[in-house]
Amino acid sequence: MEKSLKASEYIITRLIKGSGYSAILFVLMIFYFLMSEGIVTLTEVPISSLLSIRWYPIENYFGILPLVGGSLVVTIGATLLAVPIGLLTALYIAEIAPRRAREILKPLVEVLGGLPSVVLGFLGILILSPALRQLFDLPTGLTAFAGAILLAGIALPTIISISEDALDAVPRSYRDASLALGATQWQTIWHVTLPAAKSGVLTAIMLGIGRAIGETMTVMMVTGNAPVMPAGIKALFLPTRTMTATIAAEMGEVAKGSTHFHVLFFIGIVLFLISLAVNVTASAVLFRQQKRSERILS
Amino acid sequence: MIRRLSKNRLLIQKMGFGLLTAAAVLTVFPIVLVVIYILWMGAPAISWEFITGFPRDGMRAGGILPAIVGTVLLTLGTAIFAVPIGIGAAIYLSEYAPENKWTRLIRIAIINLAGIPSVVYGLFGLGLFVLFMKFGTSILAGSLTLGIMTLPVIISTAEEALRAVPQSFRIVSISVGATRWQTIRRIVLPQAFPGIITGVILGLERAAGETAPILFTVAAFFLPRLPHSPFDATMALPYHLFVISTQVPGMPIKLQYGTALVLLVFVLGMNFLATTIRSRERAKRQW
Repeated sequence: MEKSLKASEYIITRLIKGSGYSAILFVLMIFYFLMSEGIVTLTEVPISSLLSIRWYPIENYFGILPLVGGSLVVTIGATLLAVPIGLLTALYIAEIAPRRAREILKPLVEVLGGLPSVVLGFLGILILSPALRQLFDLPTGLTAFAGAILLAGIALPTIISISEDALDAVPRSYRDASLALGATQWQTIWHVTLPAAKSGVLTAIMLGIGRAIGETMTVMMVTGNAPVMPAGIKALFLPTRTMTATIAAEMGEVAKGSTHFHVLFFIGIVLFLISLAVNVTASAVLFRQQKRSERILS
Repeated sequence: MIRRLSKNRLLIQKMGFGLLTAAAVLTVFPIVLVVIYILWMGAPAISWEFITGFPRDGMRAGGILPAIVGTVLLTLGTAIFAVPIGIGAAIYLSEYAPENKWTRLIRIAIINLAGIPSVVYGLFGLGLFVLFMKFGTSILAGSLTLGIMTLPVIISTAEEALRAVPQSFRIVSISVGATRWQTIRRIVLPQAFPGIITGVILGLERAAGETAPILFTVAAFFLPRLPHSPFDATMALPYHLFVISTQVPGMPIKLQYGTALVLLVFVLGMNFLATTIRSRERAKRQW
């Protein structure tokens, strides 16, 4: 009996270890399969053509710059909206909300995080874009701006919950010391708590932006799907097309193994690398923070 | 002079607090509005036929049963793949993993999995499951894709639940002669169970509402029958809502809101379940 116990424990431990390491395996597999379909793009389409400003696959124009530009415009717009609102909301929840308000707010933010992006896009088509069209007197409300507003909604829960965690983690004694020195609660929040939570808040903002760049369905439904190179601030009120939306909209119609098919996977590689950069940086900040707090405590 | 200064400071504080409160209201108000609006507009579409019938007239009439069944099957399929691996990985990270480079690499990998855009998961599923493994556009391919996408949510919440179990529980169990696995199986897992379930439901909630990963791996535009095997394609609620709100001209608005309502109830129902389990468990917890 002793022996079989050992054997089964050995097997189970191995399985558990395998599950742990599977995360690394999956990331590598995702990268491998994107590369295996996408990297041939570099031999099929000249770099100069790939970096041109014309995306018109039917006539073999595969310039991805308008799509990168579209993603940038929408994401920057979303960031400008979501960062201040998200940060202030996190401060409210973490610092001054009465217990009752806190208990209502936190689940509601989670509800926003759980709303399917397709539902937001659906309301974007029916409610938001007609409203924007009237408000700004535009030919169409399906613009980068509509996308930016909805993406802000998608980035908000990430920004709020992670920065709230960071604010919560600031030791009580910091606040007490500041208040004891005669600072008001507001001064304490602004000059003590927020700076102390800085790296966590930055992580939150980065991960929020990461979510916004990667969001697909909402932007595909409300941004009007026009792969035009954005130029200046005006672009915010014109239809545009992001990298994610291009993949989602066109993959269904391309022949497998065609150049167009490969270019769509190539765009996938670009998106993968962007999210890799964002997340590795964010986790590096997190790990450094952990180390520093361990150092302080020891 | 001093009094004036402090009065100013308090005024600034008051304005500051007003700003924070306004931001919170600005965040929350649209959420409540969206949920209520969809409930309000969608309710008239809900009928027995809508829930249990097949689409007719090019989806402009009839019900959405195949989409509901498809989403339920995809959610179950996702659970079959993601739950064992996710909980296993969480046990490894919380109970076994040494603090070294490899563990750090696993954590970075998990953070990255969480950040990869959903449409990139769709490309990956298309490349690996649909084309390379030749599953075709099928429930199997879609579930596997959604399963990998769901893993990071399950791993991180389950790990948190496991870590919350006090160390003394483990020490006592080991000291009376239990092995490490026996301790985990009999002591740690039961204590962490509600927290783990919460994580699993939150992960599956995300999978149920996603559209981009299933676009090229499983979703059928219009398939008015129920799937027979894991190798069948199927309709699914999020994709169906996308189709009827953008691809079908002359689609009755009532049915669009009805579909949005069913999807919302499905997803928010899971959300509610998860938060209820969590708050109940917190209230009951004795350590």
